[in-house]
Amino acid sequence: MRRLFLGMAIVSIAVSIAIVASLLGNAVGFFVDVDKGSLLDVGWFPRRNRFDLLTPIAGTLVMSLVAMLVATPLGLGAAIYLAEYAKPRVRRLLKPVLEILAGIPSVVLGFFALLWIGPNVVVELLNSPKPATILTASIGVGILVTPLVASVSEDALRAVPQALREASYGLGAKKSTTVRSVVLPAAVSGIMASLILGLSRAIGETMVTFMAAGAVGGALRTWNPLDSGTTLTAAIASVATGSDQVAGEALAFEGVFALGITLFFITLVLNWMSDRFVRRVRQKY
Amino acid sequence: MGVAVESRDQALVESPIVFDVAGLNVHYGDFHAVKDVGIQIRRNEITALIGPSGCGKSTVLRCFNRMNDLIETARVSGSIRYHDVDLYGSDVDPVQVRRHIGMVFQKPNPFPKSIYDNVAFGPKIAGFDGDLDELVEQALTQAALWDEVKDKLNDSAYALSGGQQQRLCIARAIATSPDVVLMDEPASALDPIATLRIEDLMQGLKENYSIVIVTHNMQQAARVSDRTAFFTVDMEETGQRTGVLVEFDETSTIFTNPGEKRTEDYITGRFG
Repeated sequence: MRRLFLGMAIVSIAVSIAIVASLLGNAVGFFVDVDKGSLLDVGWFPRRNRFDLLTPIAGTLVMSLVAMLVATPLGLGAAIYLAEYAKPRVRRLLKPVLEILAGIPSVVLGFFALLWIGPNVVVELLNSPKPATILTASIGVGILVTPLVASVSEDALRAVPQALREASYGLGAKKSTTVRSVVLPAAVSGIMASLILGLSRAIGETMVTFMAAGAVGGALRTWNPLDSGTTLTAAIASVATGSDQVAGEALAFEGVFALGITLFFITLVLNWMSDRFVRRVRQKY
Repeated sequence: MGVAVESRDQALVESPIVFDVAGLNVHYGDFHAVKDVGIQIRRNEITALIGPSGCGKSTVLRCFNRMNDLIETARVSGSIRYHDVDLYGSDVDPVQVRRHIGMVFQKPNPFPKSIYDNVAFGPKIAGFDGDLDELVEQALTQAALWDEVKDKLNDSAYALSGGQQQRLCIARAIATSPDVVLMDEPASALDPIATLRIEDLMQGLKENYSIVIVTHNMQQAARVSDRTAFFTVDMEETGQRTGVLVEFDETSTIFTNPGEKRTEDYITGRFG
């Protein structure tokens, strides 16, 4: 039995190492082969040998940060309502709904973003000339990530001992003061974890951006969410669709690995930063 | 127990009434937790509520600062007059009530904040605009904790021992200068030495505050309190259990010459 579990552990570690090795190997191959001048260009157009890495990086940063601007207030608000204000009956009803929302396939949300958020929110409300923009994808991804943020932070809020709330009420604190000054600070590490999880999910999210951000095959570099754009993941997806085409264009294919390794490092740095942050601000109870 | 009781054998001076409770009934949903309780809490005295588990003594205590309001199914009827205010009157804000009536809980429950911030919490939310440092020092001194913590006010409250944490909770409760301090079995989670310190502390505190303490420990009630209310569990006609007040008198009377057989049985250990 012990050997079986050890074997499983070894396999999963070996697979991870193999993935990183193949990523690294191909990415190095790409950086050796590529014309260095094409790494800083007007945009990311792999089939035209324009490999501006900053384009998908900027797209990823802008898309995921705007998505978190949507998901943080919605998710935290929902969590605070469910954990602190909702009557038990309401909560029993809403919590499963939230968990179902968390399971919506991203392709469905991509479709919704493209056909509804684009024309109705981005064009109508924000007067954008075109519906398919980074912002369109951001709102879609924000909605996608909200249930995750809400669910994990709600657990964190509910894990705060009732005795702390009682202590606060006993001192003449109002409900809102108790939530703000006692419950939220006590739950901050769990809430941060939910936001980091949400951000990781947003950065890794592919389908919504691929469908709704308006980039076909490539995109110009931009930091403006009202432009069309691409992200690291969507750029990988768009190179990888139609594998025979890719096979014919060796450099574009290897470029995908350069994107992959960049994504890998962004996630790694994010995890490391969040770990340090949580350690610093945690209030243990 | 004998010495402590004898020293207070002469009848107590009748100090002014802080709480006047009459016909108090508490229900949790269909459960009749407390039935027809009448009791008076007097200023600068320690009143102990004793009795077996389930007799409703904590429930009664939690009526005094309207903590029962936090339980959705709780219903309170009857009258509790706090000085000359109807505590459950429609114009009374429970939040204001709790600023006048502090509470210390069974298990020490400091906030996961610094020692200083724990004590400063109540005054801050009440909009205190005087010298907070001085107030914190005063409260910690009154709670007999200042000397132990004065060099580490910014350390986490969780670094303190259980007994210290409970004294911190007492300091936190008195930092808002309440009129009454309610204590719900404040020493039940502590070792005997920490318990004694809390008891000593209570004797000092009653100079400035009126104290109501719920305790499981009869010796503790005999040692610290001026008056004792003995509660027990009764069967209602429906077969449900409910808490009732058996006897309320000066502590010396309750422990040496109780008026009711049930009280005598309990304090002599034949029941409960």
